[in-house]
Amino acid sequence: MKYHSYPGCSLEGTALEYDRSTRAVLALLGVELAEIEDWTCCGASAAEATSGLMALVLPARNLALAERQAASMDILVPCSACYLNLKNVQEKTRKDPPLTAKINTVLGEEQLHLHGRLRVRHLLDVLATDLGPEAIRPKVVRPLTGLRIAPYYGCQCLRPYAGFDDPELPVSMEPLIRATGAEVFPWKMGGRCCGASHMSTQRAVGLELVAGLLESACGADAVVTVCPMCQMNLEAFQGPAGRLRRHDLHISILYLPQLIGLALGLTEQGVGLTCNLAVSRDWESHARTPVM
Amino acid sequence: MNRPPDTDVTAVHAPDHLALVRQMVQSCIQCGTCTGSCPNAFAMDLTPRQLWRHVLLGRSEAVFHSRTFTLCSACYFCTLRCPRGLHLTEAMHALKQAAARERLKLYRPVTAFFRQFMESVRRHGRVNELEFMTLYFAEMKNPLLPLRYSGLGLRLAAKGKLPLRWPLRRKRPLEALFRKAAELEEGR
Repeated sequence: MKYHSYPGCSLEGTALEYDRSTRAVLALLGVELAEIEDWTCCGASAAEATSGLMALVLPARNLALAERQAASMDILVPCSACYLNLKNVQEKTRKDPPLTAKINTVLGEEQLHLHGRLRVRHLLDVLATDLGPEAIRPKVVRPLTGLRIAPYYGCQCLRPYAGFDDPELPVSMEPLIRATGAEVFPWKMGGRCCGASHMSTQRAVGLELVAGLLESACGADAVVTVCPMCQMNLEAFQGPAGRLRRHDLHISILYLPQLIGLALGLTEQGVGLTCNLAVSRDWESHARTPVM
Repeated sequence: MNRPPDTDVTAVHAPDHLALVRQMVQSCIQCGTCTGSCPNAFAMDLTPRQLWRHVLLGRSEAVFHSRTFTLCSACYFCTLRCPRGLHLTEAMHALKQAAARERLKLYRPVTAFFRQFMESVRRHGRVNELEFMTLYFAEMKNPLLPLRYSGLGLRLAAKGKLPLRWPLRRKRPLEALFRKAAELEEGR
């Protein structure tokens, strides 16, 4: 199995551990990644807030590069915001030749051309659909028995394009969590919003949303995420969120491939656990448990 | 840095922007599903349904005195559930774009954040958090603002997640694309 990979800016910086654990887990599961050469920012949530055309051109540039490098592989994207930006271009240009022409007029400045031949896939989609729990289960050497994990999907891997899961009540992470030997913590907040960039631009509102999520996760051993923005919002503001609710809201927040990686026998360093901002001592000792 | 001054009043250009958004929500039936689905509605001065009503009536003063569209966190619940199939999240984006383009003062804390993010992307192709936040603080000219971010910044730096160097890549790799897109957008 081979995919183009589009890491996105976060995975080079604030989400180093997402990058490291994604690569390590996919390698263990026999997946090959070919990073798109010379990739650039997808526009994040900034392009759509400043220029409608750049919000399409920035992701389109990366799709065009991938097409030029190999026209037959899907593009794997771990960050949900990048995923949506890339997917949005794929969906919009499919039905709108004049729009495609306009985008290509801009891309022509770099001698690039978008044909729209490649499919954009979220890491979670690839893990849940192409690989599935069957690929993980036989390779588990450190079962996470007894741990209760709350799956957090966030928004942009689910909506507006319901590509691989139910956009209201998502479930795609559950079989993957069970495959690691852990239990799924029952909650209804998996597809709710973390506030995205509100934590930077209007903190009081963002904090309210995050506090609601953390409160609902009380009792779980960890929340797992599939997006650097969700991860940062949930892990970095637990102190202020707790003060807001007058309640201790500290809880471990891990990326999904970190959880899977630990079950597959990777070390603390191997999944980048030391880079997380909110991981309890218990998780550090799970990571040091000898493998079977 | 040279930049045009912020605008206070919206009256001059805003009707054009509103016309575009009005087309996007033309068939709104005012059912309020968007409001009921919005995780940020609790903090808004106008609910999403009320905002669309003002847009439909061409009340640009009301629209551009409201903070509602800046509170959209793009969760896409309203878009998913709208019984008329309207692209409401994109309509919110269109209002954010208008506010950014016109440099409306009321929205500066939000629009400056996104504009400086794009400036960093324009310069280096990929975003550099450290540089982008520096640009943002410089534009906001509020000496207390960096303090709000310093705690997190230090924690990230301690984890090796903030590269303490300016990104060294191909010089302004996206300049041609930015220029061409601006040319097409201004000409529409």
